[in-house]
Amino acid sequence: MTDGIDIVRDHARSALRASVSAAGRAKAWIAVSVLVVLVALLVALTTSQRPQAVTVFTLAGGTEAWQLPPMQVPTLAAGWVMTVLFAASAAWTCVRVLRHRPVGRLPLAAVIASGVVAFLVAAGAGQTIPVVGLLSGTLLLSVPLVFGGLSGLLAEKSGVINIAIEGQLLAGAFSAAVATSLTGNVFVGLAAAAAAGVLTGVILASFSIDYLVNQIVVGVVINVLISGVTTFVYNQVLVPDGAVWNTPERLPDLSIPVLSDIPVIGPVLFDQSLIVYAMYLAVAVIAVALTRTSWGLRVRAVGEHPLAADTMGINVTRVRWRNVLLSGLLAGFGGAFFTIGSVGAFTQDMTAGQGYIALAALIFGRWKPLGVLSAALLFAFANSIQQTLSTLGLTAVPQQLLLTIPYVVTVIAVCGFAGKVTPPAAVGDSYGKGI
Amino acid sequence: MRILLDEVTKTFGDVVANDHISLTINPGEIHCILGENGAGKSTLMNIIYGLHQPDAGRILVDDEPVVFESPRAAMERGIGMVHQHFMLIPVFTVAENVMLGDEPKTSARLLDYAAARRHVVAVSERFGFQLDPDALVSELPVGVQQRVEIVKALARDAQVLIFDEPTAVLTPQETDELIAILRQLSAEGKAIVFISHKLREVRAIADRISVIRHGRVVGEAPLGSTESELAAMMVGRSVSLTITKSPPRRDWRSSTVVSGLTVVGSDGAVAVDDISIAFRGGEITAIAGVEGNGQTEFVEALVGLRPVSSGSVTVDGAEVAGKAVKDILAAGVGFVPEDRKANGIIGSFTIEHNLVLDRLSGGPFTSGIAMHRAAIRENGEAAIAEFDIRAPGPTALAGTLSGGNQQKIVLARELARPLALFIASQPTRGLDVGSIEFVHARIVAERDAGAAVVIVSTELDEVYNLADRIVVMYRGEIVGVVPPETPRDVIGLMMAGIPAAEAVGSAR
Amino acid sequence: MTTRTTAGRLGRWADALLRAFTDRSVVVTVLAVVLAMALGTVLMVLTDADAMASLAYVFGRPGDFFAAAGQTIGSAYAAMFTGAVVDPTAPDAAGFFRPLTETLAWATPLAIAGLGLSISFRAGLFNVGAQGQIIMAAVASSMVGFMLHLPPGIHLVLTLLAGVAAGAIWGGIVGLLKAKTGAHEVILTIMFNQIAYLVLAYLLTLPAFQRPGTNAPMSPALDASASLGPLFGAGTRTTAGIVVAIGMTVLVWWTFQRSTIGFQLAAVGSNPFAARTAGMRPAVVWTMGMALSGAVIGLAGSIHLAGDEHFLKLGIAGSIGSDAIMVALLGRSHPVGVLVGALFFGALRAGGVNMQAYTGLSIDIVLVIQALIVLFLCAPALITKIFGLRRSERRAITPLQKVELSR
Repeated sequence: MTDGIDIVRDHARSALRASVSAAGRAKAWIAVSVLVVLVALLVALTTSQRPQAVTVFTLAGGTEAWQLPPMQVPTLAAGWVMTVLFAASAAWTCVRVLRHRPVGRLPLAAVIASGVVAFLVAAGAGQTIPVVGLLSGTLLLSVPLVFGGLSGLLAEKSGVINIAIEGQLLAGAFSAAVATSLTGNVFVGLAAAAAAGVLTGVILASFSIDYLVNQIVVGVVINVLISGVTTFVYNQVLVPDGAVWNTPERLPDLSIPVLSDIPVIGPVLFDQSLIVYAMYLAVAVIAVALTRTSWGLRVRAVGEHPLAADTMGINVTRVRWRNVLLSGLLAGFGGAFFTIGSVGAFTQDMTAGQGYIALAALIFGRWKPLGVLSAALLFAFANSIQQTLSTLGLTAVPQQLLLTIPYVVTVIAVCGFAGKVTPPAAVGDSYGKGI
Repeated sequence: MRILLDEVTKTFGDVVANDHISLTINPGEIHCILGENGAGKSTLMNIIYGLHQPDAGRILVDDEPVVFESPRAAMERGIGMVHQHFMLIPVFTVAENVMLGDEPKTSARLLDYAAARRHVVAVSERFGFQLDPDALVSELPVGVQQRVEIVKALARDAQVLIFDEPTAVLTPQETDELIAILRQLSAEGKAIVFISHKLREVRAIADRISVIRHGRVVGEAPLGSTESELAAMMVGRSVSLTITKSPPRRDWRSSTVVSGLTVVGSDGAVAVDDISIAFRGGEITAIAGVEGNGQTEFVEALVGLRPVSSGSVTVDGAEVAGKAVKDILAAGVGFVPEDRKANGIIGSFTIEHNLVLDRLSGGPFTSGIAMHRAAIRENGEAAIAEFDIRAPGPTALAGTLSGGNQQKIVLARELARPLALFIASQPTRGLDVGSIEFVHARIVAERDAGAAVVIVSTELDEVYNLADRIVVMYRGEIVGVVPPETPRDVIGLMMAGIPAAEAVGSAR
Repeated sequence: MTTRTTAGRLGRWADALLRAFTDRSVVVTVLAVVLAMALGTVLMVLTDADAMASLAYVFGRPGDFFAAAGQTIGSAYAAMFTGAVVDPTAPDAAGFFRPLTETLAWATPLAIAGLGLSISFRAGLFNVGAQGQIIMAAVASSMVGFMLHLPPGIHLVLTLLAGVAAGAIWGGIVGLLKAKTGAHEVILTIMFNQIAYLVLAYLLTLPAFQRPGTNAPMSPALDASASLGPLFGAGTRTTAGIVVAIGMTVLVWWTFQRSTIGFQLAAVGSNPFAARTAGMRPAVVWTMGMALSGAVIGLAGSIHLAGDEHFLKLGIAGSIGSDAIMVALLGRSHPVGVLVGALFFGALRAGGVNMQAYTGLSIDIVLVIQALIVLFLCAPALITKIFGLRRSERRAITPLQKVELSR
C-alpha cells in the first residue's frame, strides 16, 4: 500500500508532467470560464425577474461604539459591474498563471472578492444581507477547520499523514461536553478536549511510528473507533442522564476593549470566545516556530528526508512522536468548539465531515500555517453564505451544492490545476525499525 | 586523531559482512579501502560512523576504546562521512543543511541564519571553494552538492572524513578537483578514508591501500601496484581487465536511425537536444558522459518511456517515435534500465513472473486473459539454467536476490526475443566482478548475433571495454563520435563539453 | 479426476484460506479478537449504570459489582450469539437458523464491497471511497428501479447494472485523475465521498426523487420487479446477493491468481516503474483498477438497495463504506479472506442488533470492537508483546542499514 503513495509523488514529478501541463492549461480555462458563466447566469436570472431590485448590506454588528449605516445597491447595475470585474480579473490571473508568471495576493483577492460580491448582490436581490453576521459566522465556522488543518500540518510536516483529524475533533467535542458538564468549568472542558486529542495521537503514533502500520490505515480505523466509542457512550450514558452528563456551560464571549468597537472588524474579530483567540495564537506561533526555530527546522527535515536527518543525529522517531501528539492536542482542542464553543450539548457524529474539510484546508493551504488559515476561512465563508442565504429563505443556489465547494476546490488543487501542490516529501513513509 | 579497528566483526543473518577486520586510520593520510561491491566496505564504514554496532571487536580513537551508538556520537568524536547518496535535504538551503542538528540560535532562541551563513562561508573559503549559503540544494549541480556534504562534516570540526564512492557521480575534471581537496584536507592533518572499487583512482591518490575481500582484510597493497595486481588482490584470482572480442561486423541491414530527436526532461527543460545518430547491427556503441547529461532521457525516449517532443526513430525502417513502450518492445527493442531495482524487476514478484512481465499477450504464456502456469514455470527454469541465476528456484522472490542475479533476470527477459536494438543502461553498476564478466560476455554475444547494441555507462573502463565506437554526450547533445582508441583524457575533456578536435589539441 | 487430486486441490484451498486470513498466524488472530472483545467489554461495564453504582462500594461488597458487571456482559454476549449464529429457544427450525440468515444478510454487501476494495488495494491504490461509490450506485439503481417500469428479470438486471456503471464511473474518475495528474487517491476518494453525499442530499430535495405524501428526504420504493426477494422465505433478509458475493469471491480470486488483469494490477501496484518499463501502462491500469473496484463496490450498493433498503435515503450507505475497508484489511485483500472477514463482521452486526433489542446496549459497541480488531491485526508485534509471546527471530533492520545493505 505504501508503494501506491510513493508512486503518487514520483509520478507527479516525472513522466506525465508534460501531458498534465497541456491538459491543465485547458482545464484551468474551463474551470474559470464555468465559474464566470455561473455567476453571470445567476445575475442575469435574478435581474431579469426583478430589474428594479435593490440589495441591502447591513454593516452594523451590535455593540460596537461606531456603527455604519446599511448600504443599498441597485442589483442590476452592481451585479453586472462586479461580474465584469470578476471575469476580467479572473482572465488576467489565468493568463499570468499559464505563462508561469507570479500572481500577487492582491489580484487574487480581487478575483475572489469581485466574484463573491457579484454573487451576493444577485443572490440577495430585494433582501438584506447581514455582513457582520456573515463574516463572524465565517470566523466561527473556520475554528474547527483551522485547528484541524494545523493539526494535520504538524503531523504531515514531520512525515506522518493524519487522516484521523475527524475522529480527533469528535473526541475533543465529546470530552469537552462531558468534562464541562461534570465539573461546571469550561477550562476543565478545554483541557479534557486537548487530552482526548493527545490520547488519539498516542494511538496514531504508536501504531504508525512504532509498529510501522500504514498511517492511512491507522487514521481510517481511529475515525471508526472514535465514532463508535463516542456514539456508544452517548447512547448508553449521555442520552439517559443528559442533565448530569450533557448540559455543559458554554465558553463566554470576551470582547476586547477598543478593538471590538471598530465597525465591522470589531464585532467580527474581537468579540469572540477564548477558543477563537487561541486560534489566532496557534496560527501565529506555529507559523513562526516552523520557519524560525530549530524545532521547526528539524521537523521539516524529518518530513522531507528522514534518513538525512538521522545521519545528522536527529532522532526521527522522537520528532514524529512529539508532532503527532501535538497534532492530536490541537485537533482535540479545536473539537471543543463543536460543543462548549458553540451549541453546548454533544450529539452523535456531530463533526459531520469537518475533519475532512480541515484536511482539504491543509492541502489547499499548501502545508503552510497562513495558507491553512486562508483556506479554512474561504471554506467557512462558503458555508456561512449558505447558512445566511438559507436563513433568508433564499434558494437561488441549492445549499448542498454550495457545501461541495471545499471538496471540489480541493480536488482541483490536488490535481494540480491550481498551481503546484507539494506535500512534504517523506509524508506517509514509515521510518525506523519499529518495535 | 588516529582510529584503530581491532578485530571488528559484524554479521547480518547468515552473512558475515565484516570478519575480524583490523585497520589503522592515521591523521594526515589518505587511506583507500579497495574492495568489490559487496565485499563489506560500506558496512565497515557504517560501523565507524555509528550506524551499525559491531558484534565483536573494538574501535579505538586515540588508543581509547569507544562505542558509537549513533551517528551523533561519532560526529561528536570528530568523525564525518560523505555518503554516496548525499544526505542533503533538497528543499533546504545550503546554510540550513549545514546547520541542521547543531543550529546556532539568537538570544530570542530563534534560528540565527546570519551566523549559519557566516559559518558556511568561513569553512568553505578556508578550503578554497565557494558556496552560496542561500542557494537551494536541489538547484545545485551534483559536484557542488558533494561540497556541501564536505562542508557539513568540516563545520562540525571533523578530524576523520569518510568518503563512500565519492567519484561515482563526478566528471573526470570534478574528480581531479575533489582529489585536490582531499590532498589539502590531509595536509591539514585530517585523516581521510576513501572507499572505492575504482583501481585507477585508488592508485592516483592513496597514501595507503587496504584491500577487503569477502568481509576480510586480505592485506595492504604496495603503493606502486599495477591495476591488474590490485584487481587480482581485490577479486582473489587473476582478472583479465579487458574482454576479447572479434571486430564488429557493422551490418546496415539491421539498424536504428535516430534523427532530430528532442526530449523534454522531468524538470521541463530540454534534456535531449536535436540528436541524430544511427546504430548499426553487429556494433556496440557506448554512450559516455557524466550522469545527468541527457543519456538517460535519450534511451528512455528510444524505448518509449518518455514522450518525444520532435524527431524520428526508425527500427529496421519502422517508425517507433511516440509509440507505446509495448509496441516498441514488440518492434525488436530490448532494454536494461539503469536502476534495475526500481525499473527492472518487481521485487515482490517471483523470478518466473519477472521473466514474463513484458510477454502478456500473444506468446506461449497466455491465451486471452488466462495465464499458463506450466509454460511460465518451464520458462523460469530454463532461464535460471541458461543465465546461471543463483536462486532456490523459479518461485523465489526476485527482491531477495543479489544485484548480479537480479540483473541476470532482466537480461534473461530482454534477450529472450530476437532483437534489432539492444539498449543497456549502466549494465554492471554495483555488480561483483564475476557478474560483470558474465554480463559483458552476454552483451558481446548479442552484438555477434546481429543486434545493434547501445550501452550507456558513466564508467570509462566499461566504455573502453565494450565499445566499438564511443559517443560522448554533454548537456543533451552529442559532443562527438570517436573510435575506442581515443585517449582517456580526450574523452574526459569531451565529457566536459569540449569538441573532439579541440579536446585532442588541448589534451596534448 | 482421482480422489488424490481432489484432496490436493482441497488442501491447497484450505492452505490459501489459512494464509489469506491468518497470515499473522492463527494465535495472533485469535488473540487480537480476544483483546478487542475484552476492551469492548470494559467499555460496556464502565458505561453500565448498575455496575458503576456498585463500583462505589466495590471494596465493601465486591460481589455486587461483579454480579452486576457479569450480568451485563453475560446477557450481552448471549444476545449476540443468539442474534448471529443460532437461536436455541426458537420453536422451529426456521427460527433456529434465522440468526444465521441475518448474519448472511449483513455480510452480503460487506463481502462484495470488500472484494471491490481488494481490487484497488492490489493495484496499490488505497481506495477509501467505497462510501461515495455505494451512494452513487444506489442513486443510479434507484432511478432505474422506481422511475422505469420494466418486465421482471430485465428490470432487476438493469437496476444492478446501473449501480455497477455508476460505481465504475465514480471510482474510475479517481483513477483517471490519479493517473493523469498524480493526485493522491486517498485525498481524492475522501473528497468524492463527501461530494457524493451532498449530491445525494441535493437529489433527495428534487421533486423527481421525492416520495409522494411525505416531506422526509426519501425516494419512492423500487418496483417489485427491481427488488431482490428473500432467499430463505418470508421474514428472513438473506437474498440472492449472498450467492453473488460467493460468485464474486471466486471470480476475483481467479482474476488475481490466474489472469493477466490480476497480474498487471499486482505488477503496477508493486512497482509501477518496472511495470512501465516492461510495456504495461500504469495510467491505464490505475484507471481500470479503480473503475473495476468502483464497479464491484457499486454492485454491493445496488444489491444493498434492491435487497435490503428498497428506497433511497440519506443514510443509504450506512457504515458499509468504512466496514468494507475494515473487512478488506482483515482479509488482507485476499478474496477468500475478505469473504470470511465479511461473514465475521456480518455476525457481529447481526448479533449487535439482537443485543440492542434485548439488552438495550447500543449497537455501536460492535463498531468499537470491529475497529479494535483491525487495529490489533495490523500490528501483530503489539499482540505478541502484550501476551508475552516469543518474538519472531527476524532481525530488525534500520532504514539506514537497509540503504547500505541494498547496495
